Amino acid sequence: MDLSGATLQLDSFEELATPLFDQLYNFAHWLTQNREEAEDLVQETYVKALKGFSSFQLGTNFRAWIYRILRNTFLTSRKGLKVTMTVPLYFDEDEDIPEATIERDTPETILFARSSQESLQKAIDELPVHFREILLLCEVEEMSYQEISETLSVPIGTVMSRLSRARQTLRNQLQPHSQQQAGPRIDRGTNYGL
Amino acid sequence: MVCESWKEKLDTYLDGEVPQEEMRSFHAHVRSCTSCSSDALTRVQMKRAIHVAGKRYTPTAEFRKRMQQKIAAKPRRSFGLGWKFAVAAAAIIVVGTLTSAYLGTRSGRDQVFSEIADLHVATLASSSPVDVISTDRHTVKPWFQGKIPFAFNLPELQNTEFSLLGGRMTYLEQTPGAHLIYDVRKHHISVFVFQERSLPARLGDNSLSPNRLSFSTETWSQGGLRYFVIGDASAADIDSLAKLFKGAS
Repeated sequence: MDLSGATLQLDSFEELATPLFDQLYNFAHWLTQNREEAEDLVQETYVKALKGFSSFQLGTNFRAWIYRILRNTFLTSRKGLKVTMTVPLYFDEDEDIPEATIERDTPETILFARSSQESLQKAIDELPVHFREILLLCEVEEMSYQEISETLSVPIGTVMSRLSRARQTLRNQLQPHSQQQAGPRIDRGTNYGL
Repeated sequence: MVCESWKEKLDTYLDGEVPQEEMRSFHAHVRSCTSCSSDALTRVQMKRAIHVAGKRYTPTAEFRKRMQQKIAAKPRRSFGLGWKFAVAAAAIIVVGTLTSAYLGTRSGRDQVFSEIADLHVATLASSSPVDVISTDRHTVKPWFQGKIPFAFNLPELQNTEFSLLGGRMTYLEQTPGAHLIYDVRKHHISVFVFQERSLPARLGDNSLSPNRLSFSTETWSQGGLRYFVIGDASAADIDSLAKLFKGAS
C-alpha cells in the first residue's frame, strides 16, 4: 500500500468514525453500565476498527460495521460473557410474553402523566442485554431493521420478534414500578382495596 | 377483534418498516379507527421518551480529547520531491503491491489459522469450555438458535469413536460462529462453523495449517459455511470427523 493511500484511509476512517464517537460511547455505557468499562470498550472498538479498516468496503454501512465491532468486543469481554450466560438456554424468539394486568392505565399513560424519565432509564437498565441493545439501536440510534440485522448479525425476522419482545418486556417492567411508587392510592383499573 | 391484525404490526408501522404498498392502507385505517389511533399515539410517545431517555451518557472531555488524538489522521507528507524520486517510488510501489498481494493472502490465511488455534487452546484451558453441555446433537444444535445468524447440521456419531461434549458461541474476525467440542480417545477436537462470506481471508478447501501450529487441522467450505476442524488428535481422526460433518451438511 502506498503512503498516500494509507493517509487517505486514515482520513476516511477519521471522517466516518469521529461523528459516531458520542453515540458509540452512549451505547457502550448502556451495555457495560459503567463509565470506565465503557471507555475501555470504545477505545478497544476504535483500535479494532482502525486495524480492520482495510477490510471495510467504502460505500457500505460503516455505522452497522463499527457497532458490530463494539458489540462483539463487549460480548467477548468478561462482563459481556457474564451477562450472556444469564440468557436462557432455550430462549425462544417467538414465545409470547404475557401481557401485564392493568388494562386501563397503560404503562405509557402512567409514564407520561408522571414524566418519569428516571423510571424509564431504570427499566431500560433492567432489561436483559439482548433486549436493551436492540431497543437502543432502534429507538435511540434510529437504525433501520436492516441495519440492526447487520449490527447484531441476525435475520430481519429475528430483529422484529426480538424488538417486539423487548418493548413488551419494557412495558411490563414499567408497570411494577408505577404500582410500587403509587403507594396506597387506589389506581384506576386495579382492584386494590377490594 | 377486527383491529388485532393491525395492532400486531403497529410498532413495525411506527418504525416505518411496513412495506410501501401496505403503508397507505395502514394510514387510512389508523386515521379512521379511534382505538388504533389512540394506541399509535401512546406508542409514539413511548418511542420519543425512549429516544430522549436513551441519550443518557456522554463521554468526559478528557476521554474525548484522548480518543480524538488517537483517531486523528497523521499529517500528510510533503510531495515536493524530484521526478526521479517519484519514478523510483512508483517502481517500488509496483513491486511492493505485487509482493504484498501474495503475502497478504498468505498472511491473511495464516492469521485465520492462528486465531482458530488460539480459540481452540483458550477454550480448552477455560474452566467452563462449553456453554451448552450435552452429548445430544438435538440439544446442542437448537441452543445456537437466535445466537448465530445461520443454521448447520451436526453429524450422527453412533458407531464412531467420537463423542460430542458441547458447544459455545465464538467470534472470528468479528464474525459470530459456532464452536463445538468433540472427544476422541481423550483428545479434544474443536469444530468451528462460520459464514463464509463474513470471513475476510480466502481459504481454499483442505488448506493445511502453517507447520508451526503443530495441530492437525482441516477446513472446507460447504453450503455457504466455512468449517474448521482442529485438535491434537491424529490427522486421520481430524479427517474422519471432517467427513462426518461433510456428510451431515
